Amino acid sequence: MATLPLELERKLGIAIERMPAFPKSVQKILELTRNINCLPKELVAVIEKDPVMTVKILKVINSAYYSLPNKITSVGQSVVYLGINTIKNLSLGFAAVGILPRFNAAGFDIQNYLMHSLIVASVARQLAQLKAKGEVDPSDCYIAGLLHDFGKAVFAQFMAAEFRTAMTHAEENNVPLHEAEMLVIGTDHAFVGAMLAKRWQFADELVQCIQDHHRMDAEPSAMLDCLRTANQISRKLDLGKSGNPWRDTEAAAAPARFGDDLDATIASLGDMERFIADAQMFAQVSNS
Amino acid sequence: MKIKFWGVRGSIASPGQHTIRYGGNTTCIEVRGDDGSLVILDAGTGIFPLAQELLRKMPVKANIFITHTHWDHIQGLPFFTPIFIPGNTVRIHGAFDVVSGRGIEQVMEVQMQYSYFPIREAELKATIEYETLNVGVPVSVGSLTVTPLMLNHPVVNFGYRVDGDGKSMFFTGDHEPWANIYSPDDEGYAEFEQMVQAQCDQLDQSLQNLDVLIADSSYTKAEYPAKIGWGHGTIEGHLEWVRRVGAKTLVCTHHEPTRSDDALEKVFGDAVAGCGYVPGENGAPRAILAREGLELIP
Repeated sequence: MATLPLELERKLGIAIERMPAFPKSVQKILELTRNINCLPKELVAVIEKDPVMTVKILKVINSAYYSLPNKITSVGQSVVYLGINTIKNLSLGFAAVGILPRFNAAGFDIQNYLMHSLIVASVARQLAQLKAKGEVDPSDCYIAGLLHDFGKAVFAQFMAAEFRTAMTHAEENNVPLHEAEMLVIGTDHAFVGAMLAKRWQFADELVQCIQDHHRMDAEPSAMLDCLRTANQISRKLDLGKSGNPWRDTEAAAAPARFGDDLDATIASLGDMERFIADAQMFAQVSNS
Repeated sequence: MKIKFWGVRGSIASPGQHTIRYGGNTTCIEVRGDDGSLVILDAGTGIFPLAQELLRKMPVKANIFITHTHWDHIQGLPFFTPIFIPGNTVRIHGAFDVVSGRGIEQVMEVQMQYSYFPIREAELKATIEYETLNVGVPVSVGSLTVTPLMLNHPVVNFGYRVDGDGKSMFFTGDHEPWANIYSPDDEGYAEFEQMVQAQCDQLDQSLQNLDVLIADSSYTKAEYPAKIGWGHGTIEGHLEWVRRVGAKTLVCTHHEPTRSDDALEKVFGDAVAGCGYVPGENGAPRAILAREGLELIP
């Protein structure tokens, strides 16, 4: 695996501490924790929809301090391991950092980004349940979906000017965003996301998946199949914006597992309305 | 190995006539290796009478293991007299706190801020050392080996397994057995249940071949529903647990502060009567209540 310049990796790694979480989760966490008897499952439901809070929790729990025999890969597991009260107080700390503004200096729309991440997460989990049972934990696929584009949020927050140029380049030249990033920044969001996840000692499979989600020649795995197919479905149905619009010439990402016909895979998911509505409600930025 | 209880009360020191038999001091357990090495589990107010005892034989070399940093487990630390005397060495071990982002070195500093205590940490005359521990990584203290395990409480809480001289004991600190946060009809129930089970199994696995299990038994089964999430266990739950892990002796401690000696004996007696076995008979584990001054040789 190639590496990022150490200095950049270090800088970005530290910067995440100061990265605010998403508006809805900050608002919900503050609201829920006012009640001393708030339900743990309600807190978990909020935290696991926020890529920033999820990243920060996994980062803390997988750090060397607890030398876990196995990596913690979900918010639920973190709750079992550290206890709900600790997770509650951690999330309050994250909420206190502030909220991500919808429009940042990069002109990157975090509402669309979150919508895309949530849809990919839910679809990837469902695909795992349907077609990869026993091969991969559906919750791990959810996390892979939620965090696969985390590198973009990092670029938008900490390398705004370069990321804006990359986004403009992608749009004007009709090329995928990760290619434009490579051209302008010298690396792409998949690589940066993976390097950070690796630095924080996330599970190897998750790191690999984040890194490979745009690489056509990547070694397939059940998690990568689910992630990439979910990514395609989200883009094809135009649910949220990934900065990488659907192209009709695209072939299905994991034909061996899901077949060639993406529409048939979408149909096999059944009614998607429930999690689309859920994602929309969470991603939406209040105008008040 | 020898175990002695210096504080057995939970939450707040509770001196008075109604606690005279079991004692009102908060958590502190002395564990001695056969070679004399000294491990102190928690520094509640019970550490103060222990300190008086230790002063008879100087210099003191003590290793204090803090299960967690709630007051009833640390409050005696600034009154642990050996810290004021040159030549003594006190090594304080404990967990990294993810919320404050700090290791165990904050335990003394926080308590010794000038508004709360007249002496500053820098003025302590003994050699004070801090060691932030990793889960599952053993620490040697003479003939004893102490291994921290992650338990469940509203702050990071380590249970400590102490092995040495062919014997073993485990102290939970404060611990509420893991439970599912979902209802059986919720989508996440089955998955969470698996994780809870895995965590319980892992702990049970770590407690194999144990002689003495010392467990936070703050509540009774009947009281527990009103205390869910407070981070404590029940007498009934531990009578079941000690059998499951096959330990020889269960010591119930961290007594509820408003519970009188009579009431404590009553709830313990009721729990034992209903536990489905006779402790100490036919190979079943022994079950006793912790009290100040109780000495056990496993």
